[in-house]
Amino acid sequence: MADFETVVVETDLLILGGGMAACGAAVEAAYWAMQNGLKVTLVDKAAVDRSGAVAMGLSAINQYVGLKDGANTVKDYVDYVRNDLMGITREDLVANIARHVDSTVHLFEKWGLPIWKDENGNYVHEGRWQLMINGESYKVVVAEAAKNALLQSGVGQIFERVFIVGPLMDGERCAGAVGFSVRENKFYIFKSKATLVAMGGAVHVFKPRSSGEGMGRAWYPPWNSGSSAYFTIKAGAEMTCQEVRFIPVRFKDAYGPVGAWFLLFKSRATNSQGGNYMIERKDELDKWGPYGRVKPVPANLRNYLGMLDVMEGKGPIYMRTEEAIQQIAETYKGDEKAYKKKMKELESEAWEDFLDMTISQALLWASTNVQPEEQSSEIAAAEPYFIGSHSGASGAWVSGPEDLQTDETRSEYFWGYAHMSTVKGLFCAGDASGASSHKFSSGSHAEGRIAAKAAIKFIVDNNTMPALDPVALEALKAEILKPLDTYEQHKNATTDPEINPNYIKPRMFMFRLQKIMDEYAGGITAQFTTNEALLKKALDLLAFLKEDSAKLAAANHHELMRCWENVHRMWQAEAHVRTILFREETRWPGYYYRADKPKIDEEKWHVFANCRFDPQSTTWEMKARPILHIFASQPKEPALASV
Amino acid sequence: MPSYVNPDKCDGCKALDKTACQYICPNDLMVLDRDKMKAYNRDVSMCWECYNCVKICPTQAVEVRSYADFVPLGASATPMRSTDSILWTVKFRNGSIKRFKFPIRTTAEGKAAPDGGFETKGDLNSPALFTEPASLGLADVFHLAN
Ligand SMILES: Cc1cc2nc3c(=O)[nH]c(=O)nc-3n(C[C@H](O)[C@H](O)[C@H](O)COP(=O)(O)OP(=O)(O)OC[C@H]3O[C@@H](n4cnc5c(N)ncnc54)[C@H](O)[C@@H]3O)c2cc1C
Ligand code: SF4
Ligand code: SF4
Repeated sequence: MADFETVVVETDLLILGGGMAACGAAVEAAYWAMQNGLKVTLVDKAAVDRSGAVAMGLSAINQYVGLKDGANTVKDYVDYVRNDLMGITREDLVANIARHVDSTVHLFEKWGLPIWKDENGNYVHEGRWQLMINGESYKVVVAEAAKNALLQSGVGQIFERVFIVGPLMDGERCAGAVGFSVRENKFYIFKSKATLVAMGGAVHVFKPRSSGEGMGRAWYPPWNSGSSAYFTIKAGAEMTCQEVRFIPVRFKDAYGPVGAWFLLFKSRATNSQGGNYMIERKDELDKWGPYGRVKPVPANLRNYLGMLDVMEGKGPIYMRTEEAIQQIAETYKGDEKAYKKKMKELESEAWEDFLDMTISQALLWASTNVQPEEQSSEIAAAEPYFIGSHSGASGAWVSGPEDLQTDETRSEYFWGYAHMSTVKGLFCAGDASGASSHKFSSGSHAEGRIAAKAAIKFIVDNNTMPALDPVALEALKAEILKPLDTYEQHKNATTDPEINPNYIKPRMFMFRLQKIMDEYAGGITAQFTTNEALLKKALDLLAFLKEDSAKLAAANHHELMRCWENVHRMWQAEAHVRTILFREETRWPGYYYRADKPKIDEEKWHVFANCRFDPQSTTWEMKARPILHIFASQPKEPALASV
Repeated sequence: MPSYVNPDKCDGCKALDKTACQYICPNDLMVLDRDKMKAYNRDVSMCWECYNCVKICPTQAVEVRSYADFVPLGASATPMRSTDSILWTVKFRNGSIKRFKFPIRTTAEGKAAPDGGFETKGDLNSPALFTEPASLGLADVFHLAN
């Protein structure tokens, strides 16, 4: 076995990941841990200052409810999310995040995040729920508060550049995690009384549109590879909404954000003939149950209408930036000075939107000499991603909070500790927890806080260190380091270390996974379309891939991480395929289309589609769970009306 | 290329206790070649062009040459990040130049106080989180009416 020192770290609460949810968890846990004499440990594969989906920065905070000003209610947010997700939403979870998210945003502001203000000192909204920010240092500021909370109080410690592979179990209870340093020969065993998973979602499970140098320019950052899903699945946690992938429509190729253009600048998108698919294809919306009639039109249905144009050969689809800017500036016509000033302001806002969060898009505009005030830019649907915190919903099935249950929901949605998975002591937040989408950066942070407080409560109630079997640990270490051994053992069998009959390198392993998913599970080349036969074929091919994962080879630490990232992706893929297969309908046509079940079926499928991998029997079990409401139903609520 | 290193400017961060670009890259791409004492991007096809290596390099040795598989040559975006703002110079393929300056934070570096100055009542059993309800700006945390 490769010569790696084993380092054992014992802690009370273990936070996995260093992104938005983990940073929220750190700030919250530090306070309650201090009060209860407990220790907290945070582990990130990268540097917390610039890790996760917010590493580059963002230009908006997408969830702010505005409770203190009476702008919206918690129920308003729940309605919005449920409708956008075609009725499939855990109201208790969404409400729990919505009632705390404003507090998180107010903290961000105190920590130093510049939020745009109008002349009256009120936040500038991008849309109803979104706030405009100068967000280049968003993650730096949020990470700083987390680090200060853990390190200045002395309750915590942080490990960076340690890649978490999977869970440790003591019977039915999560006992911590194992991983390795990507810098030194160190194998880590983290023993904990409670573990909070916040390692983000997954990209590169499906083949990306760009497959040369630009492969890394997916919309979702290439460094989040399904570690949350793998961790929770392997711990035996019930998973939910694994079919609800997200496909964003963004500026084509560089995937620059469109939110500011659609919401703030009120831009239209039109096809090459000038037609607006949102108007021309309005009747199509009637086919999608009550959800086709809600405002705003659900994200996947908006996607779908645009995709229909493309499939009919009416592309490209353009964001009419020049028209939108002219319309805003128009109101200043007559006053030359004010007009000029406004144009300058709009130009700066438009470019900042990209420079704060998708610099590649600014480069693409500059390299094609685009002036948004003069010409339109193409938009297109990206490839599928797993991001339960955004407009997807995949993640672990977690308990709701006790005080947001009704007599009816309690038995289904509550089992003791808020945002704890079905595995004892295993908590989830952000992309790691499912059926509570539209949390975005702020809601993920808030959910991290909620889960961390509940986890501390769990530790106080269950204050014993789980036991670990040393023999099993040694076997786990050997399994995790095996790709290094495989490489060393066989590297001299050929003259090219990349091509060797005894092993597969992580890059080709990833390409194989992507090809399977793209062609059989409804990726870009399949126009997001699949069916039962294709999905079954995908499972056959995934089974071979799983066997070959035992032959992954790594020449160094970096490649060892790449090996395990791709194993993580493979498990996310399998959960996805099994769940699309299970749900015999098409509910999110702009995310995927099951050609053999082309309609929505409210009668049978107005349910959560859950799955669980049993670590003992190594078999998967599929389960439908009921959708229950915590707010009194109202007849005019579209999602409650019968189809 | 995505991010690339200008060998004339990179000094291997020899004055620092760690290599800045290698420390910050969220995808573990930047590495220091110890023989040459120069850094390089080890896998450009996994680069997000997040610019974190560019922003952190003390000698401005890291630049970005956009993904050649879909971006025409000739443009650049160059950041200068200070403690409270960032200045961008965007150069177009046709040679024209635009400059933008944006604020990045309103507090001094390192000074983010976890409680943001909000008081906490401190009950592990209540739904109120650390700093709540003060940080909500409400008298109490929302609960169900029925
Ligand atoms: C392109 C893009 C644009 C977005 N725009 C907005 C916006 O404008 N406004 C908004 O509010 N939200 C936006 N979001 C959503 C927001 O970024 C996410 O909701 C949020 O970051 C989710 O938080 P998280 O903690 O679950 O994951 P992340 O913040 O992604 O954090 C994941 C963490 O896990 C770590 N990690 C991963 N794997 C491992 C492992 N194996 N071992 C150890 N650590 C690991 C990572 O290094 C990282 O620290 C956007 C997201 C994307 C991708
Ligand atoms: S641009 Fe970002 S992803 Fe690319 S090498 Fe630099 S830090 Fe890493
Ligand atoms: S940060 Fe700059 S100077 Fe330091 S090693 Fe990297 S490229 Fe060289």
